[in-house]
Amino acid sequence: MTALLEIRDLKAEIAGKQILNGYDLTVKAGEVHAIMGPNGSGKSTLSYVLSGRPGYKITEGQALLAGADLSQMSVDERAAAGLFLAFQYPLEVPGVATMTFLRAALNAQRKKRGEEEMSSPDLIKRVKELAKILDMDMEMLRRPVNVGFSGGEKKRAETLQMMLLEPKLCILDETDSGLDIDALKVVSNGVNQLRSKDRGIVVITHYQRLLDYITPDVVHVQSAGRIVRTGGKELALELEETGYARYQSEAA
Amino acid sequence: MAAVQETVEQVRRVGADQYKYGFVTDIESDLAPKGLSEEIVRFISAKKNEPEWMLEWRLEAYRRWLTMTEPKWARVDYPAIDYQDLYYYAAPKSKAGPKSLDEVDPELLRTYEKLGIPLHEREILAGVERPEGEERPRVAVDAVFDSVSVATTFKEELKKVGVIFCPISEALREHPELVRKYLGTVVPASDNYFATLNSAVFSDGSFVYIPPGVRCPMELSTYFRINEKNTGQFERTLIIADKGSYVSYLEGCTAPKRDENQLHAAVVELVTLDDAEIKYSTVQNWYPGDENGKGGIYNFVTKRGDCRGANSKISWTQVETGSAITWKYPSCVLRGDNSRGEFYSIAISNGRQQVDSGTKMIHLGKGTTSRIISKGISAGRSSNAYRGLVSAHRKAEGARNFTNCDSLLIGGACSAHTIPYIEAKNPSCMFEHEATTSKISEDVLFYCMQRGLSQEDATALVVNGFVRDVLQQLPMEFAVEAQKLISVSLEGSVG
Repeated sequence: MTALLEIRDLKAEIAGKQILNGYDLTVKAGEVHAIMGPNGSGKSTLSYVLSGRPGYKITEGQALLAGADLSQMSVDERAAAGLFLAFQYPLEVPGVATMTFLRAALNAQRKKRGEEEMSSPDLIKRVKELAKILDMDMEMLRRPVNVGFSGGEKKRAETLQMMLLEPKLCILDETDSGLDIDALKVVSNGVNQLRSKDRGIVVITHYQRLLDYITPDVVHVQSAGRIVRTGGKELALELEETGYARYQSEAA
Repeated sequence: MAAVQETVEQVRRVGADQYKYGFVTDIESDLAPKGLSEEIVRFISAKKNEPEWMLEWRLEAYRRWLTMTEPKWARVDYPAIDYQDLYYYAAPKSKAGPKSLDEVDPELLRTYEKLGIPLHEREILAGVERPEGEERPRVAVDAVFDSVSVATTFKEELKKVGVIFCPISEALREHPELVRKYLGTVVPASDNYFATLNSAVFSDGSFVYIPPGVRCPMELSTYFRINEKNTGQFERTLIIADKGSYVSYLEGCTAPKRDENQLHAAVVELVTLDDAEIKYSTVQNWYPGDENGKGGIYNFVTKRGDCRGANSKISWTQVETGSAITWKYPSCVLRGDNSRGEFYSIAISNGRQQVDSGTKMIHLGKGTTSRIISKGISAGRSSNAYRGLVSAHRKAEGARNFTNCDSLLIGGACSAHTIPYIEAKNPSCMFEHEATTSKISEDVLFYCMQRGLSQEDATALVVNGFVRDVLQQLPMEFAVEAQKLISVSLEGSVG
């Protein structure tokens, strides 16, 4: 069976500076992977390289989503193919109601996949269900995308988008940053509902805390632009004890 | 959202040829000889069977115009206009004044049909879909083709409530006392170079009178179409809202694609008496010229409203996407105590378009208030300037203004300028000015695209969000039209 995400010896740079140095990672459908590591180890870079953010350039190696070469696809094609990035700092889109945005995104993806668009009543119904799970006020969805949202509200909104779009591969970039404990529980609950045998989830985080709620199948330690250690969920606990210091020196 | 999708589809349909109104109607025209002279002014006046005083008024304007020079202060650049190389009168040949729609040349009806403008009263404006069962709003239309009005709909029905809606040439014959009382009282014949030229040679336009206490039962609108080559269009619109009345009026404009530039120098005058309100909306889509700046309309327009009565209100809303050059400052003279002026503007420039537009809010009366919301979007190699004046007279006790000017830049070859003037001669007035200039954010586009939107869709979404405050001011039917227009205008501006 083809892996959902297959990264082989990936090297990538920003403005001529190499950040990823021979990255290898395989995520199969149904798995939840956690990528942990010190600040500056290139965790966010990985998520941007995979999603195709302008300025992030693959120089060597490959990243395949369900066998398809990501480097050959535009940002929106990658999204339609099922790659979703939950941003560490979700962007504001002034003047565009969240509901409008959700409809535009969902139907753009469906159209690209040759699927039927979702009707407005169906969409509203679905969004209402999701908002309930995430303990969000529908009033918030009438407001412009992320404008004036608190840190916690942004992460909820991000999770709602992810749940609505039902991607094949979810990448969560430091979703726990800026969340209080209650919001963390609510968001984790949303993510856990997305766990399925057809879907892969990559959780990028600095702290073990999030993994108390989203239990990973595999934990990786990333340092200086590549994975330096892989283990089970107990590895996260160990890191909480020992910190990243030894990996930083190892990488250096 | 549906609108954004429609927008995108529209963009695709339009394809490479962005300006879909660029066709020419093949129709025989009555042209006055080329050039400008007293004879031409007399010719136009005679064609319209105008009263003697009107001819005198025109001639006086013409003589004054000869002594004036073209203004050069705007941030626009164009080769000198040869005023002797223009036709000042062009009218489709037809029997003298069609009495009903059945008598209008079918070629003309087809033209308006193609433009999506209904001249049959049972039809509504194209492009507007409503849920079934919901009543379709009716819009009365005055269609001006080159120098003459070819049809005005719903006249009879409007007449029942006392509303006069007709071509200004007809008003001069049938309601001379009203025209004479108000014409040139807001924009005097000597006002500025282009307005003075217009006063001498204006050929047609719309006249509206709303009697006291009447709320006009439908939207009124005028569609201007320039068809003939080398023809200047000089229309004149005069709208009077008598005490306690209300009217919402919309103008739309298109022109064929031609390699030569065409001059459009219109004058619009609005008058509101005590407690009256006029809401004036414009969707301006004149041919903007090609991407190298060849052809397009020179839109040199003087629009001004006079809140003559206490508690009256004038609101200008404009969506400007067309024209090679736009020089236009819809303004309000807030004469009546507690009167209110509003200006909501979206000005989009792409290609080589040049826009110098804004407003003037002249506070004369006590307790007068005004609000200015201007959204400028520049793309391509265009230049887009907001120029505005907010002033308070010594007697304008407690005058207040709020101004917000936002500019959005798309790409690295365009420019945006904000030139606000504020003059307060009364210490109790309060004027606020906010302005921002931003580039369309790569990060926001990336965010939208990561959710599945193409670059074009993402840009349309961001831009529609940027102009939302102003779009909300438009009558619903036209908001949809305007939203489509915005995306079409910006097509090819990213990437």
